[in-house]
Amino acid sequence: MGKVLVFAEQSHGNLKRSSIELLQAAAKSGNTVVAVVFGSHAGDVTAAAAQNGANEVHVVKDASLDSYNPELFTANIVSVVEKVQPSILLASASSTGRDLFPRVAARLNTGIASDCTELNISGDNVTATKPMYSGKCFAKANFENSSVKIVLMRANQLPVAAADTSKSANVVEQAAVKPDLKTLIKEIVKGASEKLDLTEANIIVSGGRGLKDAANFKVLHDLADVLGATVGASRAVVDAGWVGHGMQVGQTGKTVAPTLYIAVGISGAIQHLAGMSGSKVIVAINNDANAPIFQKATYGIVGDALEIVPKLTEEFKKALHH
Amino acid sequence: MKIFVCIKQVPDTETKIKITPDQNGIDTAGIKWVLNPYDEYAVEEAVKLRDANAGSQVWVLSVGSKTRVIESLRTALAMGADEAIVVNAENLDNFSTAKALAEVIKAEGGAKVIFSGKLAIDDNASSVSQMLAEFLNVPHTTVVSKFAFNGENVVVERDIEGGAKEVVQMMTPAVVGANKGLNMPRYASLPGIMKAKKKVIKEIEFASLNIPASDIKVKYSGFALPAEKPPVKMLAGDSSAQASELVKLLRDEAKVL
Repeated sequence: MGKVLVFAEQSHGNLKRSSIELLQAAAKSGNTVVAVVFGSHAGDVTAAAAQNGANEVHVVKDASLDSYNPELFTANIVSVVEKVQPSILLASASSTGRDLFPRVAARLNTGIASDCTELNISGDNVTATKPMYSGKCFAKANFENSSVKIVLMRANQLPVAAADTSKSANVVEQAAVKPDLKTLIKEIVKGASEKLDLTEANIIVSGGRGLKDAANFKVLHDLADVLGATVGASRAVVDAGWVGHGMQVGQTGKTVAPTLYIAVGISGAIQHLAGMSGSKVIVAINNDANAPIFQKATYGIVGDALEIVPKLTEEFKKALHH
Repeated sequence: MKIFVCIKQVPDTETKIKITPDQNGIDTAGIKWVLNPYDEYAVEEAVKLRDANAGSQVWVLSVGSKTRVIESLRTALAMGADEAIVVNAENLDNFSTAKALAEVIKAEGGAKVIFSGKLAIDDNASSVSQMLAEFLNVPHTTVVSKFAFNGENVVVERDIEGGAKEVVQMMTPAVVGANKGLNMPRYASLPGIMKAKKKVIKEIEFASLNIPASDIKVKYSGFALPAEKPPVKMLAGDSSAQASELVKLLRDEAKVL
């Protein structure tokens, strides 16, 4: 057995669900699990990392690592890898993970499989399955010539069990490496919403041209607020300028895999279907009974979205408050 | 100054994917190939940067099957790129592709700014830009929706989670991965297309780059189509009945609430 290093991401001192998924999967593999946490709040999540499967937690408690900088993070991850000598490195395919780890792989002269949805660890070996063509097909990534096999997993793909509060881990504090930087993060402009990103969301309410007007997206936001969902959109309404590109689901937008995807007024172009077909349960609401979205849906409602969605919002309110 | 754009040719987004009998890839028969949509933003931004800086040149570079990829290189030339290079290769992974791109850019005297799409819509990996930057020992930013160059540094906006943005300054040379929203890619004009047809595209054999076989790090196998979904359950009644039925099904049958 070898060591699995998990890059644990935290937000306001809480371990992200996607990182908990990785820690638990690593623990199940029977390997020694080492978590690495960055930033001034890194110490706050050591207990949570241990309770979810980490045998050892490397803490690089340094304010310089509070916000992501590719060069700085690469140097620090590489330094931890050199100390820990893992055979497998797991991280979330988050915006940080996707940007950071290819560079880490290049520096370590090793392989990486990005955006995976299935993980199979057997001893020191790992194969991962990932969607290709935004989910139109799937393929297995097999590592070769790789000292550390780096796998980036998409959020919400692995089961999460309750944390075992009896567990603790050996905490190793490590000083931050500070290379000369050619990259400077000047400012972080907060987004309009504090909701989870589409790629991490467990429930997505998505709107298309069937909503008729940009202002009608309000009914989706009302529904999303009740469900704790993130709002997405089809390419047609992004191109029409109703909403920003960050909300686009599909082959030239985000590929998503929530538990529940509610498609409202979306007819279902092949590119959109590709981007959301990984959703567990799909609800389609459309006034055209022949819309292709119904071929992918679990439940379908033919009708006027502007009439149905507010009623749904009321029904969910009742159901969720009892 | 020299500006490079690294592009990839991918199946058109309308393509229905079929798997080969050995399950080691997709059946490419009948596929319409296009310039990766995100690379269009990269080409457009490179051409704009060239036009704003007298004496600059845009070089477009791709790694792939030369007989096929030339078509996408001509698209980029028709959009305004000045020179094109193809590295003739098959079955590389992202690591060896990035190595090949880095070797060619170095051999051509380097670049001030290197653009690429934030990812290719075939493997959705978003790895090559970052690896290329590492092999060139220069900074990178991906998912960029705003770009400015002040003669010394570039300042970009990177889209991150939850609609937030980072403003990032990089010393040049730098690698920039383009996102949708960066610009509106131009359609190639007819004179542009005619001119592009006459351009000589430089061909380099991958073998001549002396990249070791051990630089292939990941191989893909076991291609499969997604599992078929059971047929949709359509809900009857008026909108109130449909709404309450749906909530009941999501709670009691699908158990997602």
